[in-house]
Amino acid sequence: VLRGIRIAAWGAILAGIVVFALFKLRMVPSDRLPRVEIAVGAPFELATHDGRRLSSKELEGRPFALFFGFTNCPDVCPTTLLEMSNHMKALGPAADRLRVLFVTIDPERDTPAHLKAYLANFDDRIVGLIGTPEEIRKVAKSYYATYEKIPTSTGYTMNHTASVFLMGPDGRFRGTINYQEPEADQRAKLKRLLGVVN
Amino acid sequence: MRSRLIIAVLALVLLPAGAHAQQQTSVKEFTIGPIKITQPWTRVTPDASTVAGGFMKITNTGTVPETLTGGSALISHRFEVHEMVMDQGVMKMRELRPGLVIKPGETITLRPGSYHVMFIDLKQQIKLGQPFKGTLVFAKAGTLEIEYAIEPFGTRVPGDGGQPMPKSTEPQQHHKKTN
Repeated sequence: VLRGIRIAAWGAILAGIVVFALFKLRMVPSDRLPRVEIAVGAPFELATHDGRRLSSKELEGRPFALFFGFTNCPDVCPTTLLEMSNHMKALGPAADRLRVLFVTIDPERDTPAHLKAYLANFDDRIVGLIGTPEEIRKVAKSYYATYEKIPTSTGYTMNHTASVFLMGPDGRFRGTINYQEPEADQRAKLKRLLGVVN
Repeated sequence: MRSRLIIAVLALVLLPAGAHAQQQTSVKEFTIGPIKITQPWTRVTPDASTVAGGFMKITNTGTVPETLTGGSALISHRFEVHEMVMDQGVMKMRELRPGLVIKPGETITLRPGSYHVMFIDLKQQIKLGQPFKGTLVFAKAGTLEIEYAIEPFGTRVPGDGGQPMPKSTEPQQHHKKTN
């Protein structure tokens, strides 16, 4: 789905083969083998839609779902916010442990006040995150997410990665929810992330 | 007495079917020259929205290609013709310039996740029961006035009912936990 992750995954597989070969050939003692892991996501600190700062340290021990978007978005972003809201409602109190983070990739237009007014339509537990262009770029890069400003005749729109990144309580990448994935599959992924037994 | 009961039962059974048929026939069509527009629609917008997408079917019954170059809508200050595609998990949107080409005999469906018209810089939020008018401009056929029906938020196909608004007070089905 995400080219970056795919490349990283192939890289990891290749590295795994190399490590395995080294181990088999007894060139490296097993306790000194490097751990192979795809790192998706990195520590961050961003401003929230209600004027606080949110550090990824606060997320430790709790699963979270993070996605990128903007409010001048006609389809993907409001749909994802709506779907996540309805999942959280359906999951009930189990979803209290889940943090849902909406990172704007259009800080130019998405002021905290506007983001707050827009997010008021959705589940109260969803947190909007804003940063300087540099801060946003860093967070997106760590998730292999891309975005790009596209000029139009009357302004501009944004291209952006539409997947929802699912992160475990240990801060490690667990998977994604993709745009237009069937509702039941989305729900199952969130339940798995939350450790809710079906 | 019994026949009256039968009629009542028949009415109960047939009424929903009749209502459904009526809904089917209320699909709006607008034509100009060889261009036929079927069922223009849009969706309720979340508060504080600045943009919305408009959808419809466009059929070219003529013998030469036609281009949808632009238009307008009473709901917004600006209007553009866009294409959206998903490419490797990335949502990509671009304005179609000079416009959307409809080949002779072709029907193009503007729908969520694909071609759409964009209402940009909304003057007000789009609400159920508040259809609004707009124009479409075609390179050869000229300007056509249409009206957009309003579907609930989250609708993907007209009539699917969309998804409940999270803040709505309507009763919702709660997922049952079995553990």
